[in-house]
Amino acid sequence: MNLLLLIPLLPLVGFLINGIGFKHIPKSLVGVIGSVGPVVAFILSIYAFGAFRAGNNAPVIIQLFDWITVGTLNISFSFQIDQLSLLMLLVVTGVGSLIHIYSIGYMSHDAGFGKFFAFLNLFLFFMLLLVMGSNYVIMFIGWEGVGLCSYLLIGFWNKVTNYNNAARKAFIMNRIGDLGFLLGIFLIIQTFGTVEYLPVFEKAVGMSVGDSAIAAITLLLFVGAMGKSAQIPLYTWLPDAMAGPTPVSALIHAATMVTAGIYMVVRSNVLYALAPDTLEIVAIIGLATALMAASIGLFQNDIKKVLAYSTVSQLGYMFMALGVAAYSSAMFHVITHAFFKALLFLGAGSVIHAMSDEQDIRNMGGLRKKLPITFLTFLIATIAISGIPPFAGFFSKDEILAHVYEHNKLMWALGVLGSIMTSFYMFRLLFLTFFGDFRGTHEQAHHLHESPISMTLPLMVLAVLSVVGGFMNVPHVLGGHSALATFMDPLFANAQRANPALFEHGHLDHSTEYLLMGVSVGAALLAMGAAYVLFISKKNVPAADGQESGLQKVIYNKYYVDEFYEAIFVNPMRKLSDALYSFGEFIVDGLVKGAGGLVKLSSGQLRQLQTGETGFYVFAMVVGITALLLWNFGAIIFK
Amino acid sequence: MLTLLLILIPVLSALAVLITKNNSAKQVAMVGTLFELGLAVAVFISFEPNATQQFGFSYPWIASAGIMFAGGIDGISLLLVMLTAFLTPLIVLSTFRQPYKNASTFYALILFMQAALMGVFTAADAFLFYLFFEAALIPIYFLAAVWGGENRIKVTFKFFVYTIFGSLFMLVALVYLYFQTAGLSATVPHSSAITALYKVGLDAQKQGWIFWAFFVAFAIKMPIFPFHTWQPDTYTESPTPATMLLAGIMLKMGVYGVLRFLLPIAPLGMEAWSTTAIVLSVVGIVYGSIIAIQQRDIKRLVAYSSFAHVGLMAAGVFSQTLNGVQGALIQMIAHGINVVGLFFVIEIIFSRTKSRNIEQLGGITQRTPQLTVYFMILLLGSVALPLTNGFVGEFLLLSGVYEFNKWLGTVAGLTIILGAVYMLRLFQKAMFGGKSSLTEHFADLSLSERAVLLPLAIMVFWIGLYPNSFLKLTEPAVNNLLQMVHY
Repeated sequence: MNLLLLIPLLPLVGFLINGIGFKHIPKSLVGVIGSVGPVVAFILSIYAFGAFRAGNNAPVIIQLFDWITVGTLNISFSFQIDQLSLLMLLVVTGVGSLIHIYSIGYMSHDAGFGKFFAFLNLFLFFMLLLVMGSNYVIMFIGWEGVGLCSYLLIGFWNKVTNYNNAARKAFIMNRIGDLGFLLGIFLIIQTFGTVEYLPVFEKAVGMSVGDSAIAAITLLLFVGAMGKSAQIPLYTWLPDAMAGPTPVSALIHAATMVTAGIYMVVRSNVLYALAPDTLEIVAIIGLATALMAASIGLFQNDIKKVLAYSTVSQLGYMFMALGVAAYSSAMFHVITHAFFKALLFLGAGSVIHAMSDEQDIRNMGGLRKKLPITFLTFLIATIAISGIPPFAGFFSKDEILAHVYEHNKLMWALGVLGSIMTSFYMFRLLFLTFFGDFRGTHEQAHHLHESPISMTLPLMVLAVLSVVGGFMNVPHVLGGHSALATFMDPLFANAQRANPALFEHGHLDHSTEYLLMGVSVGAALLAMGAAYVLFISKKNVPAADGQESGLQKVIYNKYYVDEFYEAIFVNPMRKLSDALYSFGEFIVDGLVKGAGGLVKLSSGQLRQLQTGETGFYVFAMVVGITALLLWNFGAIIFK
Repeated sequence: MLTLLLILIPVLSALAVLITKNNSAKQVAMVGTLFELGLAVAVFISFEPNATQQFGFSYPWIASAGIMFAGGIDGISLLLVMLTAFLTPLIVLSTFRQPYKNASTFYALILFMQAALMGVFTAADAFLFYLFFEAALIPIYFLAAVWGGENRIKVTFKFFVYTIFGSLFMLVALVYLYFQTAGLSATVPHSSAITALYKVGLDAQKQGWIFWAFFVAFAIKMPIFPFHTWQPDTYTESPTPATMLLAGIMLKMGVYGVLRFLLPIAPLGMEAWSTTAIVLSVVGIVYGSIIAIQQRDIKRLVAYSSFAHVGLMAAGVFSQTLNGVQGALIQMIAHGINVVGLFFVIEIIFSRTKSRNIEQLGGITQRTPQLTVYFMILLLGSVALPLTNGFVGEFLLLSGVYEFNKWLGTVAGLTIILGAVYMLRLFQKAMFGGKSSLTEHFADLSLSERAVLLPLAIMVFWIGLYPNSFLKLTEPAVNNLLQMVHY
């Protein structure tokens, strides 16, 4: 048996053990059982990575069985191991393992400890299917499966109605996107006759740029990505998803699941290369999302909400990169973002843990002394996400902005504006949480403590990765070799054949590259300085709820988008439902009865049925048919 | 011969149940249905996956008129025979904790129902089909009218008249077609074998009439919008075993009828009217789903969801594509399993709380890990999550409808969104949140309840994980059928 099969299988086994036996397994074992699968899967992923690099760099297909076969369409259950799936495997199992270990400490007091690990394992299983599948339908299994786990984990504390509502909202908004994905698959089947990546992409190479079927496919798939990766207009579920336990926010709603949309576009890079119009839309939506979410992040006071909007915003950057066909840059940012955003969430979890479940940064402050490890690692992550060299975020974000600059200078400028906001809201968060005076209750102050080693260890590992992660793809201008991009290059060979023009742009000269870097780093530092002045020098604390005014109020209330959706989709749907049930059914019934009556009236034979006594009519009918039935059986049986 | 046994065993079991005492009737019924299941499994195993009709039987009925008592099993019949044989014992078992008065009659009616359903799905003669089609109505009528809820008389009467009325159109069509058939010999001028009806070759206009006659009959049975108004009331008022029979198996008679009669006999009628039929089906999907969103009575909610689901099956069949028809067949099985499971879960909730009102429930999951898991599995099947049975069916159905027409496929696809809306609302309101006074002492599943739900859950995943074990059996027969349609 192929060892690689164990990678998704191990978490599934973990899910089954903890899921079926969670009443009987001692608590000390639950965490171990839950974490062993991911850790071994990570080791196997490293092994697979090594084996692949030693090989000839060609995709490896592992065929399991034919899943759905109808006519000439065969959807096989099989995996594809190549550069892209390996990178995702490493991120998912690596960060996943750390978060499992972290959860042993974080969730230790929770009554649903076993259930939590079971769900987390199940999530990992589906996420691994998503990235390992060799065709779009296997990806779709993972795609919907992670959505289910997201639903289960957001509503993990299911006694609380608000959490349940958030979970349901997440599932339904994702389903809207999934319909797009599904229709995209149908169109792929119609266009290519198969859903397997390799033959689809092979055939696509021969198609012309701007082909309308490809344009439709890429747009429909992108609708799926909007849902899963929280892009405008389907992003509002992600901030609400923070209702789930914090490790869930770190793993699912920051590091892995929400990047599935980027994975999907990178996977389909040939198709997108053939659809320049779609790419433009992707870039614009990405940019708009990045800016809008970042602006909301400026005024949020819930530590997890700030990070959630930050995630939405960073995902926007990744889509912007995809939109300008900088596929490997997008993946680079997926990886570095997984490090520093997981770290930020886990750090926030550590803070929340220490603060006895307090999440409002207005009630925090000065925590750096009591939580030194959390503070230091959080600081590293903040520097990394703000794009300050030489931490991870600088390299990946800078690469995206450089490509955007080549594509469109206005987009670049807006992108820099976004990174100014990023730096500002992150340092605002850092300063308000860890600096200044403690603003919580006496009770909270009394309980303040650094988290146990099972929680701080993952923080430290992620902090190291957030520092050095950028060096995996140092650009030539800074004396590196773009190692990651070179590794991923074979993935885009087909795209380059299909639409060479897309990839032919004059390389920026070194002085321009330096200049771009200087601008974005300077902007980030400036924003940091502004935050310093406001929240450390002037010791400002954000106003209490309801005291905001003007534009600030609009932004604080997230531009009232939720209210808008409520007013134009949710409520009308409810009203329509009530109306159809109370009036629609009555009318339909009446119409059909009326039509039936007309037929009866016009038919002499049937009219007689109507004039008879109805009770007798039914009786006669029943007796007649019963007699007929018995007579027939009798004829056969007793003959 | 096996086919005939499939029809006879339930009849014999029913007679045996009738002569046993009320308090042991359910055990006898259980043995009878298990025996039937064993037989069906034997048929399933020995079935050759090709297009021919197997295990056939044929006896003269009204020989001089070319009417035969004949039946047999092809791939399409096989799936529905399996469904009927699989679900009936579970339906009987589901009643074990619930005492029904006049139990002997009650279980005998269920068994008579099973016999009639087996007859419908295996008949090879058009009049025999019609006979069974109508005969199936009798036991279900009495089950609903005698053991049903408060409004049972009014509701079942409407149901009865509605479906009889529809069937009359089919009878007219069958008689007309019968007189157009070529005879077997000089002395027998006509034949009512279904295959003889296939050879009738009417002109397009006549086929249009035939189309509508069959359509009305089958559309009422399924039901398709706007012929559905009997359905929510009947499903809600019937005792749960009858609801299970109605939704789990009986509505498939309509889909089966379309496949067996409408498509091959009136291909030109299909050409003219299939778009209309799909539009009605798709309207039903959206209409039923939207109504389900705000339902308070959980039984009625599932009734509307069933109406929406069957709309998709109908649309798939009318699309006349391989994906659509194969999807409809798989979905008939999947839906049967899921809907029987869901109605059982509702019965479990109702029997413990005496309420089906979503607003009075809540927090059930806190005391019932097992019920929660089974309910969730059935829900996932019903909202078509991949690796469950519902996904395979809906994926193929939607791709079939999409192949027929992109826009209709897209609108039909709304089912995956709306389905999640109403099912998750149901689950949340019943299972999550705080406990209510009614759910405070909710007991988890008993042994017999688990014995019903476990096989259903296994089937949810079997079909979800390896649908080819069924798709391969039906494909030759479906190809054969589609060749007749697209001749």
